[in-house]
Amino acid sequence: MRDVRLAHAAFEPAHELQRFGDGQDAGGIVSFLGKVRAEGGDNSVTALELRHYAPLTLSGMDQLAMRAERHWRLTGLLVIHREGIMHPGDPIVLVACGARHRRDAFEACDFVMDHLKSESWFWKREQTAQGWHWVEPREQDRDDLSRWADVG
Amino acid sequence: MSLTLLFLGRLEDVAGAPALSLDVERPLGFAEIAERLEPRLAVALSSGNVRVALNGSLAGTGDWIAGDGDELAFLPPVSGG
Repeated sequence: MRDVRLAHAAFEPAHELQRFGDGQDAGGIVSFLGKVRAEGGDNSVTALELRHYAPLTLSGMDQLAMRAERHWRLTGLLVIHREGIMHPGDPIVLVACGARHRRDAFEACDFVMDHLKSESWFWKREQTAQGWHWVEPREQDRDDLSRWADVG
Repeated sequence: MSLTLLFLGRLEDVAGAPALSLDVERPLGFAEIAERLEPRLAVALSSGNVRVALNGSLAGTGDWIAGDGDELAFLPPVSGG
């Protein structure tokens, strides 16, 4: 079961995970939920916007999901990524992997998140008291990709 | 006879707008397009880490020309997740 979505409005992670789990015979499910951080002090974030490039966004997410399915034995894969304006505490991304055995689920979930951050067509900007500014990719995000060099 | 340029991420701030329309009489390559833009924007677009999509498909560096009715998107390094 593969469910890959670009969400244009808020989604409910608990509901999505419940539905995902009900739809397959998994021995275990690993999930990752990314949320908008409030940060603190002068850097306090009041809003976060995820822009994307529509012709490439969803097809890129689908291809990423298929890569994970080819490499790990999964009973299900869920990817939901928001676009648009969000606020602290809001879900941005939910990835869940079901598998017969836990190692496949952990690794596939980690792989999908690393690639969503560094290879999917999203650009993030934050609003603070100083106004809107684009979030530059972190060096760490690029380094994380090198962990998966052996995945076709 | 116009070519649409789209600027994603921080390139939007450099361009001052998310999109720009160029009057073109014939298809142009990157160097000819860059000549018609603000120098600061041309430099930002020339950066090695900016990818290009022509009409929604990724295009290799320098192996495309774009003309009337085409949409050229400039994609800087991503920051999703």
